[in-house]
Amino acid sequence: MSRPDAGTMREQLAGEGREVVVSHGTVVVELAPVAVLATAQELKARHGFDLLLDVTAVDWPQREPRFDVVWHFYSTRHFLRVRVKTQVAAADPVVDSLTGLYGSAGYMERECHDMYGIRFRGNDDLRPILLYEGFEGHPLRKDYPKRREQPLVPYRK
Amino acid sequence: MSTVLPNPIRPAFTETLGEGHVIVNIGPSHPATHGTIQIVAELDGEKVVRTDVHCGYLHRGFEKECESHTWHNLIPYVDRLNYCSALINNFAYCDAVETLMGIEITPRCRYLRTLLAEYSRLADHLTCIAASLMELGAMTAFLYLVTIRDYIYEHLADLTGARVTYSYGRIGGLACDLPEGWLERLGTILEQYEDFVGRVHGLMDRNRIFIDRMRDVGVLTAAEAVNWGYTGPILRSTGVPRDLRKDTPYLAYAELDFEVPVGIKGDNYDRYFVRMREMDESVHMIHQLMDMLPGGPVSVEDRRCVLPDKQLVYTEIESTINHFKLIIDGPQVPAGDCYVAHESANGELGFYIVSTGAGIPWKVHCRAPSFVHMGGAHRMLDGYQLADIVPTFGSINMIGGECDR
Repeated sequence: MSRPDAGTMREQLAGEGREVVVSHGTVVVELAPVAVLATAQELKARHGFDLLLDVTAVDWPQREPRFDVVWHFYSTRHFLRVRVKTQVAAADPVVDSLTGLYGSAGYMERECHDMYGIRFRGNDDLRPILLYEGFEGHPLRKDYPKRREQPLVPYRK
Repeated sequence: MSTVLPNPIRPAFTETLGEGHVIVNIGPSHPATHGTIQIVAELDGEKVVRTDVHCGYLHRGFEKECESHTWHNLIPYVDRLNYCSALINNFAYCDAVETLMGIEITPRCRYLRTLLAEYSRLADHLTCIAASLMELGAMTAFLYLVTIRDYIYEHLADLTGARVTYSYGRIGGLACDLPEGWLERLGTILEQYEDFVGRVHGLMDRNRIFIDRMRDVGVLTAAEAVNWGYTGPILRSTGVPRDLRKDTPYLAYAELDFEVPVGIKGDNYDRYFVRMREMDESVHMIHQLMDMLPGGPVSVEDRRCVLPDKQLVYTEIESTINHFKLIIDGPQVPAGDCYVAHESANGELGFYIVSTGAGIPWKVHCRAPSFVHMGGAHRMLDGYQLADIVPTFGSINMIGGECDR
């Protein structure tokens, strides 16, 4: 069985408003937020990307739209990695949840929501995971001061 | 004086599904949950109906802290992710930065990193198996395994100066070369390993009590494991032979002869056995690497990231400036982003780094296997006995440092 390499996969994924390049061996797909769910479905069903490895975001405070949301997929059949990137605005940082496709999305979306305040439409369990109930703000946003403390238990005098 | 403190978590359920069920809270202050994991479980008698797994008690803002230190200064933080095999974290992080900088490490460094990564995997698996056997009451097996682990820790301390948090990787190379006699001692430890692990096989493999506790407990199917993002020994225990060292070889793995052991049905016993077999493969790889180890420098000659020789710093102005620039401004990593993954002892350990071209990272994200594994842990806990939570949880090998970051 011959496996598609990153170049072949790039050609297969190009088009439909998606910008696809190969960067350091990873196929990078940049697209509009509305296209994320359909692309993930296509990646899983048609191209064999069965492992959702990672969900995270990058904050660019000077840029509009402010956030990159980044997914990493891996194919246990082709041994290829795909990075899907989209941009969302700070005013309404919403993308579609992938929990319907990948069980692993649940925890990782909760973390991304904790850290950057990205909301995942369709994931109704965005309870804090690394942070705690009542934590204010999103610590990995660049405007969250590193030294700000929110102790749950009052400090002893 | 008593103030009611708010509950740090909101459980997924507060009502029971059936009459007579109770909801109990296991951890975080429980020896088997490493003091960092909280499991809210609904029980029907002794049977676990459903669970809600919480982590985060060891969250210390690793990624936030990374954004205000130079690329080099992060290495000690990276150690503290998976503190059972800190060298693998070191090398994966350095590999990510080197990828972005376009650096190719020296042959000696490549083989040494491979050797040390396998040595760390050995230590990590020994810790995992020892701890989970001890939790089942197998004290002798525990002591045999941690004896070897301690030999390894002391041996790595000879090389790096620390037992657990080594900070031995450097961008573009390693902190130092091997000390005299290090490889001879390595050979002795590997011989002792064979002896001790042979005894553990003898004590455990066909032990009725052990099999009753492990066989058909915490079963995970291959499809479920992939769906829940499992990688590493847990995925392999379900029969899926996926291993980054084989599939997308990095470092010197392409030149090594080794097998990828897989399990049959993904239960606790398979996870125990896959780890035991992987240790044998690691030892086999270390033997090959000891013979293959080439000479030459351990760090590249690249003034963008590697500190100049101390002698030169004190005697010539270019090196003095170079030294100060690297310490104060940090290595200038070209703008861009990349994701680099290594096969750590627990599975895919990935670093997604973003640089703006400065000496300080814009973002360092760690894709930690333990965190993803916790997301699917309820699939292995639900439907079994309350007492099965301890061995099943032990076989996942959750490491708080990388899970909570």
